[in-house]
Amino acid sequence: MSGWPILSLVTFLPLLGVAFILTVRGDDETALRNIRWGALWTTIVTFLLSLFIWAGFDSNSAGFQFVEKHEWLGSAAIYQMGVDGISMPFVILTTFLMPICILASWHVTKRVREYMIAFLVLETLMIGVFCALDMVLFYLFFEAGLIPMFLIIGIWGGVRRVYASFKFFLYTLLGSVLMLLAIIYMYWTAGTTDIIALLQNPSFTPEAQRWLWLAFFASFAVKMPMWPVHTWLPDAHVEAPTAGSVILAAILLKMGGYGFLRFSLPMFPDASLYFQTFVYTLSVIAIIYTSLVALMQEDMKKLIAYSSVAHMGFVTMGIFTMNRQGIDGAMFQMISHGLVSGALFLCVGVVYDRMHTREIKAYGGLVSTMPLYAFTFLVFTMANVGLPGTSGFVGEFLSLMGAFKDNTWVAFFATTGVILSAAYALWLYRRVIYGKLEKPALMHLPDMTPREVMTLAPLVVLTIFFGAYPAPILDIFGASVENLIKPLNEAAAAAQALATASLQ
Amino acid sequence: MWLLQQADAVAVLPEIVLAILAMALLMFGVFRKDDASDSVTIGALLSLGLVAVLVIWGGEGRETAFKGAFIVDTFARVMKVLALFGSAVAIALSVNFMKRDGSQRFEYPILILLATIGMMMMISANNLISLYMGLELQSLSLYVLAAINRDSARASEAGLKYFVLGALSSGMLLYGSSLVYGFTGSTAFPQIAEALSTQGVGVGIIFGLVFVIAGLAFKISAVPFHMWTPDVYEGAPTPVTAFFAAAPKVAAAALFVRTMVSPFGNITPDWQQIVIFVSIASMALGAFAAIGQNNIKRLLAYSSIGNMGYALVGLAAGTKEGVQGVVVYMMIYLIMTLGTFACVLAMRRRGHMVEQISDLAGLARNNKGLAFVFAMLMFSLAGIPPLAGFFAKYFVFLAAVQAGLYTLAIIGVVTSVVGAFYYLRIVKIIYFDEPAETFDTMDAEVRLVAYASGAFILLFVFFANPLIELAAQAAQSLY
Repeated sequence: MSGWPILSLVTFLPLLGVAFILTVRGDDETALRNIRWGALWTTIVTFLLSLFIWAGFDSNSAGFQFVEKHEWLGSAAIYQMGVDGISMPFVILTTFLMPICILASWHVTKRVREYMIAFLVLETLMIGVFCALDMVLFYLFFEAGLIPMFLIIGIWGGVRRVYASFKFFLYTLLGSVLMLLAIIYMYWTAGTTDIIALLQNPSFTPEAQRWLWLAFFASFAVKMPMWPVHTWLPDAHVEAPTAGSVILAAILLKMGGYGFLRFSLPMFPDASLYFQTFVYTLSVIAIIYTSLVALMQEDMKKLIAYSSVAHMGFVTMGIFTMNRQGIDGAMFQMISHGLVSGALFLCVGVVYDRMHTREIKAYGGLVSTMPLYAFTFLVFTMANVGLPGTSGFVGEFLSLMGAFKDNTWVAFFATTGVILSAAYALWLYRRVIYGKLEKPALMHLPDMTPREVMTLAPLVVLTIFFGAYPAPILDIFGASVENLIKPLNEAAAAAQALATASLQ
Repeated sequence: MWLLQQADAVAVLPEIVLAILAMALLMFGVFRKDDASDSVTIGALLSLGLVAVLVIWGGEGRETAFKGAFIVDTFARVMKVLALFGSAVAIALSVNFMKRDGSQRFEYPILILLATIGMMMMISANNLISLYMGLELQSLSLYVLAAINRDSARASEAGLKYFVLGALSSGMLLYGSSLVYGFTGSTAFPQIAEALSTQGVGVGIIFGLVFVIAGLAFKISAVPFHMWTPDVYEGAPTPVTAFFAAAPKVAAAALFVRTMVSPFGNITPDWQQIVIFVSIASMALGAFAAIGQNNIKRLLAYSSIGNMGYALVGLAAGTKEGVQGVVVYMMIYLIMTLGTFACVLAMRRRGHMVEQISDLAGLARNNKGLAFVFAMLMFSLAGIPPLAGFFAKYFVFLAAVQAGLYTLAIIGVVTSVVGAFYYLRIVKIIYFDEPAETFDTMDAEVRLVAYASGAFILLFVFFANPLIELAAQAAQSLY
């Protein structure tokens, strides 16, 4: 496959699906079927093609692979794509989840054509974010994703969809525009927007680094989302259609963590060190506070949304431990959370399609009518709690280990979050699945349909597989993470030496 | 022959040709017995096309005429082509509207031609006198155009308001010019620049400069000289508003840039702070005041005030990159504005124009193409990538950051988020709301302009480089 612009191919292939859907005429049943199958096949082919990236990926190398470089905006920006161990897993995660999302939206009847187009465009933009190796190009993909997501929440969302879509859009935009200014500043200082060049020679003064770090932080913290700028997420999640929630939780949130790993840590090492405590504090607050908030939720999606914020707290904590275990844990947690939270939203979607309510109170005793569903939900609840043997455990454990190495108190408080996560997740499970089946509406609920099994089965398999055998994923980013922390450790050592010298 | 020798015919040839053609068309319209407006319209479009060709093929490098009062460089050529293009599209947009309205007059395209000559004069002005002549030729035509529908009280009010305030601003400009002349001893831009570099800046110069800027700010409708904009935009017939928002803004911005950079280039810090203030005030007012608007034309008036604020961010930088940013901004702004007004012109029910934002409700269900173009234009105006509007903002902020104007840049991007709110509101009404009654079928030219502009902003990312290079050359030619 060498010589092929495979990354561009994978990135822009979904647009071919858009072109196909646009050629489908009419609004009758046949046309709708063609549109759905067109979208599904596009995403499946994209996924299969993206597997070539994995197959051809050399996990021993820390550098960028499959690099493509073309002229674009003169000196102001270049078109450069490439992946390393940190971005490649997200590309696969995106392409893997898209067919599942399309399948999960099979019964959308409202404006199907626009729906599928929005999702396919979003796929292109999401893959682009992870592949882009030029800051302007990155920003372009990063921001452009707002447009389809805004429409997805606003058109196919729930009752308060307008409020949620505006909040989502404006929050994210406000964070991002500050990042744009930082990108511009970096362009004038370093003379390039080429990410590879900037990573090799990140030469910003400590003073400048702090401002740049804060500007990038504004964007990624909102996207992540970190406490206290997380409030858009529960609204967006609750109102978005099922597949929208899946994409939001599984991929869009990961852009924040990816951003920290790609930009903040390697390009502003001194500032990252300087703000380490700050991030720890926010992470711990996020873990404990949002877990407590999750306990009090009466809406299933909202509960999972808050649990997402708590889990992302582990990720930010892990990233800023700046040691191997912590970052490995954060990376793994992001992948695992992509599978698990996506699956949880799909699980909510399953019962929502039947009952049209997400109120926890409306359910109870589903185990007797929907045993298969009860099992699936159980797997993901356990993975969400971080039970050993599921993928959730590996990430949480590694990031806690990293935190313990760096700061015992942070690890201590974060661990209480694990207990709280068990509390809210198990309680949710108890209230929905167990108990007496006494509500008349629930008496004759059919169990999962083959389509629903098909969407969830791969996720069940992967959650358990990566829980038992995490090596395939850990191996992908091992070399890149090692490469990432080397300069960080040097910066830390230099700071340490400086502190010691000033004491003497 | 004597005249042509004096005028360095090559440099002013496009203007002379356009003036002659405008006069010829006027004679044709007057002496023809039956209604000549169709032929005059076609004639006007052809004239604009011909003149654009003359501008493009009219030579290279810097040329002057009228003893240096008139200058043609790459900057002037680019801006002139933009202005000619804006005028031509505005004429095309008006044909069916005026017919339906029963207000079709052959004077309309001719007035636009005359205004265009004024604009070209403004763009090439290299002397305070030629600046004023160009400005007045343009403004007087615009006053008449605003009130062209003389039976409408709203249009007459708009015309009168525009005239009174415009006359005031011209007065300020003249007063400022006279002070500048008095303290530097010349009205020619190079001589003013020379005088400023040898004798330094006195209070009198600063006074003159402030008045000149006030007059120019009025023409590009920057805060605090923006008051006329919403009323005139709302009152004038929509094709006239489309014209007002596009070509004259390009010309006035070009004039503003040249006047600041060329004669006052040596005292950049003195005008920089004024421009920064005007820019921030325009961006903020454009963003906040538009939120409460329910009339689409009023909303677009505030939007254009905000947009001028962003264009001024580039000028505030006072550098070559800044001028490049302004040129790119005006290029993209022109296309977006014309496209947006084409969409507004498509808002017609049972033969009547509707102007409320709520009339757009559920457009995405009734007319998918128009809805998509409208929504993309709104996202583009909000500056969301990968649409053209993002690159417009990107390049002005690039210049601002380079010049170290961090506060200005931060305020700029934050107001762009506030502004995004009202653009999103339109998208929300188009896409999320329940459909209202359908619009009448779009006229062919309206559809063409709307779709072409939509294609431009959507695909700009692919062919951005040549245009940005062109803007860089234009900026280079000023220095």
